[in-house]
Amino acid sequence: MMDGVVDRLMVLLILSDVALLGMSRLGAVIGLAALQGALLGGLALSASGETSRAVLLAAVGLSVRGLLFPWLLRRTARRAGVQRDLEPFVGYALSLLIGIVMLGASMALGARLPLGRAGVSNLVVPAALFTMFTGVFLIVARRKALTQCVGYLVLENGIYGFGAASVGEIPLLVELGALLDLFVAVLVMGVAVYRITAEFDHMDTQRLDALRG
Amino acid sequence: MTQTLIALAALLVSASAALGLRSRARAASRLGAAGSPAALAICVVALIRVLSSGHAVALRVSWAEPFGELTLGIDALSSFFLLIILSLSVVTALYGVGYLERSSQSSVSWFFFNLLVASMIVVVIARHVLVFLLAWETMALTSFFLVAHHHGQRSVRRASWIYLIASHLGSFFLLPMFFLLAPAGGSLAFSDLGHALAPWAASSCFVLAVIGFGCKAGLMPLHVWLPEAHPAAPSHVSALMSGVMIKMGVYGLLRVAMLLGEPPLWWGWLLLALGAISALLGVLFALAQHDLKRLLAYHSVENVGIIVLGIGVGFTGLSSGAPHVAVLGFTGALLHVLNHAVFKGLLFLGAGSVLRATHTAEIDELGGLMRRMPVTGSTFLVGCLSICGLPPFNGFVSEFLIYWAMIAGVLSLTAATAVPLGATVAVLASVGGLALACFAKAFGIVFLGLPRRTTPQSVVENGPSMTAPMVLLAAACLALGLSGPLLAPAVATVVADLHAPIDAASIHATTRVLSRVTLIAAAFMALVAAMALVRHRLLCRRESRAAPTWDCGYVAPSATMQYTASSFAQPIVDLYGSLLRTRKRLDAPEIHFPEAAHLETETPDLSREGIYEPLFEAIGVALRRMLVLQHGQLHIYVLAVVLTLIALLLWQVGWNS
Repeated sequence: MMDGVVDRLMVLLILSDVALLGMSRLGAVIGLAALQGALLGGLALSASGETSRAVLLAAVGLSVRGLLFPWLLRRTARRAGVQRDLEPFVGYALSLLIGIVMLGASMALGARLPLGRAGVSNLVVPAALFTMFTGVFLIVARRKALTQCVGYLVLENGIYGFGAASVGEIPLLVELGALLDLFVAVLVMGVAVYRITAEFDHMDTQRLDALRG
Repeated sequence: MTQTLIALAALLVSASAALGLRSRARAASRLGAAGSPAALAICVVALIRVLSSGHAVALRVSWAEPFGELTLGIDALSSFFLLIILSLSVVTALYGVGYLERSSQSSVSWFFFNLLVASMIVVVIARHVLVFLLAWETMALTSFFLVAHHHGQRSVRRASWIYLIASHLGSFFLLPMFFLLAPAGGSLAFSDLGHALAPWAASSCFVLAVIGFGCKAGLMPLHVWLPEAHPAAPSHVSALMSGVMIKMGVYGLLRVAMLLGEPPLWWGWLLLALGAISALLGVLFALAQHDLKRLLAYHSVENVGIIVLGIGVGFTGLSSGAPHVAVLGFTGALLHVLNHAVFKGLLFLGAGSVLRATHTAEIDELGGLMRRMPVTGSTFLVGCLSICGLPPFNGFVSEFLIYWAMIAGVLSLTAATAVPLGATVAVLASVGGLALACFAKAFGIVFLGLPRRTTPQSVVENGPSMTAPMVLLAAACLALGLSGPLLAPAVATVVADLHAPIDAASIHATTRVLSRVTLIAAAFMALVAAMALVRHRLLCRRESRAAPTWDCGYVAPSATMQYTASSFAQPIVDLYGSLLRTRKRLDAPEIHFPEAAHLETETPDLSREGIYEPLFEAIGVALRRMLVLQHGQLHIYVLAVVLTLIALLLWQVGWNS
C-alpha cells in the first residue's frame, strides 16, 4: 500500500521533470518546480513514518518549496516582465530527447548504485537522479537567469529526494541548512535578476561574460 | 614548559593590546613592544636550566579532531633557539619603538611583530607535524605583513609578494617531506616520525628538507626573496627576520635531520656544496650592491652559507666515523647561528638608523656620517668587524671553529673525504677576505670621508630608543667574542641532541680551542690598549694639528671626487665578472679635457634572472593558454562541473562492480 503511494509520487516526479524540459512559459516552469516540492514533502512524509518531527519537517519543506520559492520567483518574473525563455541554447524538442537519454541513464545508474534502503520503492533513486539531471540541464541549456534559478531549485529537489531515499530521515539541521541555503540563493538571484533587468534591459546570461581574464 | 606557554600568552596579550589601542599610537607602541621583554623575563630561567642540564621537557594535550594531539616540547636545541629568538626580539622591539614613532600604522605592525615572535616560538617547541606547519605558515604570513609595512610604495608591495610566494614555495616542499616521514596511518607526533625509513625515503626527505628549509634560510639558488624583502621591510623587522627568522630554516633542517637517523656521506657533500656556493656568491653579490640593506641581505645569504658549511662538516664527520670533527662542525654552526643573530641584527639596526636620519640607503649618496652619528657609526663598525670574522669579536669564534673542524677533518679523514674539505677551507678563506673588502666599502663610503650629494645639514643621531639597542648588541658582539669557553659546554648539550656522539674528550678539545682563541683575543686587545697608551704618552706633551690630506696637487677637491661604492668594489667585481654579470653603462670622455661623464652599474640577481624569471615566464605562457577555459559562459562552466562529476560517478560505479 505504502509502496504504491511512493511509486505514484515518483512517477509524478518523473513526469514533472519531463514537462519542465519541454516548457517555455516561465509561469508554468515555476509551477512545476513548486509541484515537485509538494511531491517531495509527500515522499518525506511517507518514507519516514508519521512521527511529529517528520511531519513538521515535511510541512516546512512543503511550504518553503511549494509556496515561498514559487512566490518569490513569480514576483521576480513579474517585475522583470518576462514570460518565456525564448531561444534557449538547446531547443525544446531536443531537450525532451536528451531528457529521455537522461532518464535512461538514471535508471541504469540507479540499478547499479548500491543505494536505496530496504522497504523503499526502487523507483526513488532513479527518479531523484533524473530530477538532479533535469535541474543541471536547465542550468546549462536555458538562457534566462530566472530559468537557471529554477534549475537550481529542481537540482536541490533531486538532492533532497536522493537523501530521503538513501538516508531516510535527513537530520534536522542538515535539512534546515539546505533550505536556508536555497532560500538565500533564490532571494539573491531574484534580486540580482531584477537588478540585471533594470540595468541592462535584459536578463540574458550569455551577455554577462565581461569579467573574464 | 609552563613558563614558555605563559610567555606565549604574554605575547598574544601584547599583540591584541597593540591592535586594540589603534587610536592611541603611543600607548599601542609601548604595549606592543612590552610583549617580548615580558616573554623573555618569564621564561629565561627555565630555558637556561634546560640548556645547562640537557633534560628535555614535553607536554601532551589531546586536542580537537583535526589535530588529534597537541604535542610540545623543549629540549636543548629548542631552548638554544628560543633564547636567541627572545633576546633579539627584545632588542629589536626596543628599537622599533623609536623607529616607528612617526608611522601611522605602528599598532598593526606591533600586532604582527608579536605574532611573529610567538609563531617562531611555537615553531621551535612544536613536536607535532600539524602544529609545526601551522606555526610555520603563521610565521610566513605575519612576516609578510611586517615586510609590507610601507605598502603605499609599489616596490614594497612587489617585494612582499615575492617574499610570500617564495615562502609558500618553500612550504610546498615541506608537505611531501612530512608525508614521507609519517608512518602510514600513524600519529603525526615527531616522536613517531621517521621510524624504519627506507634509505631512499630518508634521502628524499633530506633533499626536500634542504629545499624547503633552505628557501626560508636563504641558501643560494633559493635566496631570491632576501635581497627583495629586506630593503623593503622596516629595519627592526629586517633585523629580526635576518637575525632569527631565517635561522628557523636552519632549525628545521637540524630537527628533521635528527629524525632521519644515520646520514649517508653524500648528505654532508650536498650541504658543503650548497654552503660553499651560498657563502661565496652571497658575498660577491653583496660586494656589487649599492643599497645598504640589500648588501646586508646578501650577507645573510653568505652567513647562512657559512652555517650550512659547518653543518655539512658535522654530517661528514658523523658519517665517516670522526666524532670530534662532527662536534666541532656542529658547535661552530650553532655558535654562528647565535653570532650572526647578534651582529646582523646590529648591522640592520645601524642601516635603519642611517636610513631614518638621511632618508636614503643608497651607499653612493651617503658619506661622512661618522661625525654626525657617532654612536651609529661606531656600533656599525663593531658589527662590520664581527661579520668579517675578526678577533676579538664574536664572528671570529664561530668561523674559527668551523675552520678548525674542516682542518681536523682534512687531517684525520681518508684522502677522498679530505680533499673536498680542504677545498671548502679555501672557499671559507676567500669568503672572509671578500667580506672584509665588502665591509671596508660599506663602512668607508657611508661613514667616512665627506658627505656626497647634498646630504642635509640636519642629519643628527637618533634617540636613545634606537641607539641603546645598537650599543647593547655591539657590547654583546664583544662579550660573545671573549666568552667562547663558557658557551662551548652549553652548545655541547645542544650538539648531543643531534645524535652526535658527544664524549668528554671532544667537548674538552672544543673548549680548549676556544680558550686559546679567547686568550689570543685578550692578548690582542691588551696589545691595542698598550699601543693606544703609548700613542697617548708620546702625544701628551706635544701640539697636534689637524690639516687637510694631500690632494695630489689638485687644489679644489670636491666631495664627488671621493671613491664611490662602485669604484671601490670595481677591481673585485671585474675579477668575478663572469659570475656577477654586472651591467655597466659608461659614457667616458673621449677627449683629453674633462667633460661630462657617466657611469652606471647594476648587478641583478643571477638566479632570479637566470632561473626564476624564465621559469615563471614559461609557466605563465603555458597557463595563459588555459584562459580559453575562462570564457565567462556560466552554462559551460556548470556543464564542465557536471561532466566531471558524472565521469567520476561512472568511474566509481564501474570500479565497484
